[in-house]
Amino acid sequence: MILSELLSYETLRVIWWLLLGVLLIGFALTDGFDMGVGALIPFVGRSDVERRVAINTVGPVWEGNQVWFILGGGAIFAAWPPLYAVSFSGFYLAMFVVLAAFIVRPVAFKYRSKRDAAAWRSAWDWALFASGAVPALLFGVAVGNVIQGVPFHFTDDLHSIYEGVWYAKFIGLLDPFSILAGVVSLAMLVMHGGAWLTLKTEGPVQRRARSIGSVAALVAVAAYVGAGVWLALGIEGFRIVGDYATGGPSNPLHFQVERSASWLSAYADRPWIAIAPALGILGGLLTFAGLRAGREVSTLLFSKLSILGVISSVGLTMFPFIMPSSSDPRSSLTVWNSSSSHLTLFIMLVCALIFMPLILAYTAWVYKVLWGKVTEADVTENSHSVY
Amino acid sequence: MEFGIVELSRLQFAMTAMYHFLFVPLTLGLSILVAIMETVYVMTNRPIWRQMTKFWATLFGINFVLGVATGITMEFQFGMNWSYYSHYVGDIFGAPLAIEGLMPFFLEATFVGLMFFGWDKMSKVAHLVVTWLVAIGSNFSALWILIANGWMQNPVGAEFNPMTMRMEMSDFFEVLFNDVAQAKFVHTVSAGYVTASVFVLGVSAWYMLRARHTELARRSITVAAVFGLASAFSVVLLGDESGYSATHSQKMKLAAIEGMWHTEPAPAPFTVFGFPDQQARETHYAIHLPFMMGLIGTRSLTTEIPGIADLVASAETRIRSGLIAYDALMHVREARDAADPAVLATFEQHSADLGFAFLLRKYVDDPRTATEDQIKAAANDTVPTVWPLFWAFRFMVGLGFGFIATMAYFFWRASFRQMVCPRWALHLAVWMIPAPWIAAEMGWFVAEFGRQPWTVDGILPTAMSVSELSVTEVALTLAGFVTFYSVLFIIEMGLMLNYIRKGPFQDVDETEAWNARHKDRLAGRRNADAIATPAE
Repeated sequence: MILSELLSYETLRVIWWLLLGVLLIGFALTDGFDMGVGALIPFVGRSDVERRVAINTVGPVWEGNQVWFILGGGAIFAAWPPLYAVSFSGFYLAMFVVLAAFIVRPVAFKYRSKRDAAAWRSAWDWALFASGAVPALLFGVAVGNVIQGVPFHFTDDLHSIYEGVWYAKFIGLLDPFSILAGVVSLAMLVMHGGAWLTLKTEGPVQRRARSIGSVAALVAVAAYVGAGVWLALGIEGFRIVGDYATGGPSNPLHFQVERSASWLSAYADRPWIAIAPALGILGGLLTFAGLRAGREVSTLLFSKLSILGVISSVGLTMFPFIMPSSSDPRSSLTVWNSSSSHLTLFIMLVCALIFMPLILAYTAWVYKVLWGKVTEADVTENSHSVY
Repeated sequence: MEFGIVELSRLQFAMTAMYHFLFVPLTLGLSILVAIMETVYVMTNRPIWRQMTKFWATLFGINFVLGVATGITMEFQFGMNWSYYSHYVGDIFGAPLAIEGLMPFFLEATFVGLMFFGWDKMSKVAHLVVTWLVAIGSNFSALWILIANGWMQNPVGAEFNPMTMRMEMSDFFEVLFNDVAQAKFVHTVSAGYVTASVFVLGVSAWYMLRARHTELARRSITVAAVFGLASAFSVVLLGDESGYSATHSQKMKLAAIEGMWHTEPAPAPFTVFGFPDQQARETHYAIHLPFMMGLIGTRSLTTEIPGIADLVASAETRIRSGLIAYDALMHVREARDAADPAVLATFEQHSADLGFAFLLRKYVDDPRTATEDQIKAAANDTVPTVWPLFWAFRFMVGLGFGFIATMAYFFWRASFRQMVCPRWALHLAVWMIPAPWIAAEMGWFVAEFGRQPWTVDGILPTAMSVSELSVTEVALTLAGFVTFYSVLFIIEMGLMLNYIRKGPFQDVDETEAWNARHKDRLAGRRNADAIATPAE
């Protein structure tokens, strides 16, 4: 395959690092409002009809949205195999909880409407709530752990070993900084769900979504700023030392890494990245204002910008680190040592260039077909065909 | 068997994969059947066909959601429980999984919402296109998954890179056009078509027995019988193709399925029945069909198929060659770029057998220190347990021929006997419903249990592939999955039965009015052609 030489290994790695970000952000923007709506259901809907209105705003699209999550898993597997191997096995029980949520959620959407009994429906409402709120929280917790470094090391064979006994591996994830990061992601997705419901509903459901969503926007901004201050004052960063090749073989043990004073030194080296946190904060505040004022389309857009800013700020701050190791820094996974081979990255890029535009195009078409508000009349008149 | 981390991880993977495959075959086949019914509706404009589409689509939806939900577990479990496997072959194995997400899965999942909610939001033809996109997406999903799985059975287009300590892709098109993967794909989707046909046939037969929804049931039986007959032929023929490709890629699996302990003079006989005895290496009370195995396996009268004893001997040779590769690899790993070219050349020469040296990891940490007895034991380990493979395979094949017979019978009734079926046949169709699921699970069992002791045939032993987890963690998630999946299964079955009992509930008045007018017209004109009733 001579074609793959068209792009250097280093370039392909940076592109795939960007695509990793695109997938995470795509997931947060689409499935994010599903999770947000799930977390809001018990609070925005007092009656069954109101809850069904909320559910049916995401009813026809959650399946497609959830694919961002699955594609994220597949793309990490294909483009960053060591990251896939270390993180999924390292966060084992937390991953199981997330999996359980992502299994329950589709079932809850689909099966809730199949019976009329109040107990049946209320059980699925709480399933929707938990399967929206718990992963939203855990994704942030995971990011919080990654920022601080995760206790794992590689053997000479590149077996990855995550240190600690099993319960400590799970409970240990919930340190104060990571919980704060979890609050950021939960609040952010609740804000996003609120913005979505504002666009797609009217009446009491919209009113409640606006008021809860605006509180969530403020919480998200405050927690995000708090995490930034914490990062500046109390958390060490990582840096690669010595000679290293950005286009060399993907073997973490070929690198030397040590702790640095702070992650935030990245802002001295690359001042332009400050645009990301600025976007995160500004977007959050504008979402707050938009929800208060009852603007619909622009508020959802601001919410999206805020999520874009927050997620990309994490990646840009840590670059080139993806998953640093706190117990054995030289095992840290970076953009330069944990990718697939040159050929695989190239082939996957070709596939992504063909299919990503198609996905965006037909997803946009589906949203266009479904444009408009979901009303109480819609769900009561079409009881057979909607959730 | 001692239940360590390897056994628990295998058990969990087997359980979640087989559970996932309870829903997949029906998704594969029913998506196409629903699309066919909707096509007839769009072409004829008869409400009965729309009602059929919506009714079967409802059952499709209940099933589809669990297929999607349990598929997520599959996508993440490699990293969670098989992290060394993920590191070692992710460069090749990850690609088809990611492409599956990018191409077909996104397509089917995005459009499935419109398929259910879009009836009033778009034109008839647009909705038909959406339904077909869901069907095509589902089926292409299977293609990419089976390319990934086919590579585990026949790892082509990849080589070991000593710098990264893993397998890396050398030729994407070899991975893509792996003949094992292609044969498996067609075999698997055909199995899905058979499953859906048997399902539609059985449910419709149940309505016929109760004289309910007969208009819907009659037409459904016709569609299912035509589609099912073609698929049942296809599943058996393509299964044979799988067997043929296994002859050159997975000789041990084939020999184990056949209970063929010793190489027989070509063309070898096929053992129809017998009791394989692993210890004595013979099959008791065997009944042979002369020539058949040679013909199926090699499509020739002169090519020999090696027996288990010979394959163990060749495994021993490969272990010794693998030890040379392993020794060279240790030097290359230390020296990195400064490695002696001679050592590197030695490694290249023996690297294809590296995986065989890893079989010794079960006995010693450093394979180079293994004793002669340990080498012999490791060579013996390459033989999977024969009797479950032997029996599961025969059970599956028997059911396969049963599907051909059933479908042929209903095809004949539908085509030449005005759709009049005796009650015993209808009862049989109802009782047949679980059979394709049993056959499909048996098929997967044969394919994956027969691959043991490898995760990737000849490359990476199963025992080495697992994550470094504690037994407690895996036991917890295993218990979690069992509980969780059991509850979902009960709910799923409850809903399915509920909706089948309820029958079609959408567009009822319109369809009944049309049916009545249709009947009047047929009655008014004796010998009237049923097809001639105008569409409204």
